[in-house]
Amino acid sequence: MRALDVDYMLGLVSVILGYVPLTIGMALAAMVCALLLACLMAVERVMRVPVLDQFVQLFISFFRGTPLLVQLFLFYYGLPQILPVLSGINGVTAAIIGLTLHFSAYMAESIRAAILGVDRSQWEAAQAVGMTQAQSMRRIVLPQAARVAAPTLVNYFIDMIKSTSLAFTLGVTEMMGATQKEAAGSFLYFEAFLVVAVLYWAIVETLSFLQKQLERYLNKAITR
Amino acid sequence: MISIRGLTKRYGANTVLDGIDLDISAGERVAIIGPSGTGKSTLLRCLNYLDRPDSGVIRIGDLTVDAATASSAQILALRRRTAFVFQNYALFANKTARGNITEALITVQRKPRAEAEARANEILREIGLSDKSASYPAALSGGQQQRIGIGRAMALGAALMLLDEPTSALDPEWVGEVLDLMRQVAERRQTMLIVTHEMQFAREIADRIIFMDGGRIVEEGTPAQIFDTPKDIRTANFLRRVR
Ligand SMILES: Nc1ncnc2c1ncn2[C@@H]1O[C@H](COP(=O)(O)OP(=O)(O)OP(=O)(O)O)[C@@H](O)[C@H]1O
Ligand SMILES: [Mg+2]
Repeated sequence: MRALDVDYMLGLVSVILGYVPLTIGMALAAMVCALLLACLMAVERVMRVPVLDQFVQLFISFFRGTPLLVQLFLFYYGLPQILPVLSGINGVTAAIIGLTLHFSAYMAESIRAAILGVDRSQWEAAQAVGMTQAQSMRRIVLPQAARVAAPTLVNYFIDMIKSTSLAFTLGVTEMMGATQKEAAGSFLYFEAFLVVAVLYWAIVETLSFLQKQLERYLNKAITR
Repeated sequence: MISIRGLTKRYGANTVLDGIDLDISAGERVAIIGPSGTGKSTLLRCLNYLDRPDSGVIRIGDLTVDAATASSAQILALRRRTAFVFQNYALFANKTARGNITEALITVQRKPRAEAEARANEILREIGLSDKSASYPAALSGGQQQRIGIGRAMALGAALMLLDEPTSALDPEWVGEVLDLMRQVAERRQTMLIVTHEMQFAREIADRIIFMDGGRIVEEGTPAQIFDTPKDIRTANFLRRVR
């Protein structure tokens, strides 16, 4: 066994740190879009809008039932062949869209479960004061469901950050892509991938810490 | 003036409400008593379509809702003329005490926030919970929660207040304060239809007592008539059992 090239690793840290904003940016953009889409699908699943419901079920089933990598390749390399308007799409956009669709399917299911978990009496009280279905959902039920779903949703965000590394297969130079390039130049694969692993780990640990704070805050807010 | 004609509700083969006819005049306080499983809650819940009746007509003022043709707009209108107090309080868990009162004023009645909050503060004073205005339901006692539940209903200014056993879920120590508040509401001649097992209370505040059994109104009359000289044997038997 040879000794680790620590100087190389330290140098690499500052190089890869430069790509952290792109990684977090992609994850954040995909998270915001996925949350919106997931909320819409979850509400639809609870309301069971005819026809639309079948479509949403199919969507969720497909995006949960196939690997993210396959979905990304399908969008980035496959779709432009049959839909030429997509041929100009860049890797970052394709990755954000792919992550959005993939994770929205999972998040829709947890939000739906959280909505169904809200006590029936909350619905009834909202209806009884004269709120419409939409008002009851938006003002009373969804906020309570969000509180329940929040920790799970943060877990998906953490998962999403790690999944952005797949964007490198679409030619995006994010943390993983940058590491790959560096390693190919130096041949110090172990050092290079160890550095990027530790950086992902640090980001995730930071988020886990924030997640605990969030949970504590949410618990406190409603029992004050 | 409120009139109910032929209100019927079935669950499968079980006819829970069997053609209820009932008139309530403005300012009248009506108490419903009767054995368990008789359809008292179902009657209240059908009156604001929390449960949809199978047939029957409800009239409140100039609004007529026929179960055969009720549209969602009519159902909303009906709910906006009634207020409901639940046995289990059913306060909005994500809203503070004050938020529970302002919510419908803002979302449903479209009042400006400042006006809704002023109204809520007034109500909170009346129900003696000004100091709890920023508390969430989970931090309140059962008695306090039910007082907020009644306050929420009071704020709506509804033509008819429906109360389904407002003290039945309470620990005995909280029953008194909730009964006191309901007395206060009744004294203002708020039109109300209350289901209760508190016979003494019903006698005290009600203009009229209705005895229900098997999904029907068996007997109705003044508290003195029903409690002292019931005509129907079922009423007499029921009263003997609960005393
Ligand atoms: N959602 C439902 N599905 C089926 N049956 C129901 C439903 N709700 C009520 N029932 C039945 O309707 C009947 C009347 O119930 P309801 O709750 O109106 O009685 P109640 O007079 O309020 O009784 P209690 O004094 O115990 O509250 C009961 O036999 C009950 O089992
Ligand atoms: Mg009942």
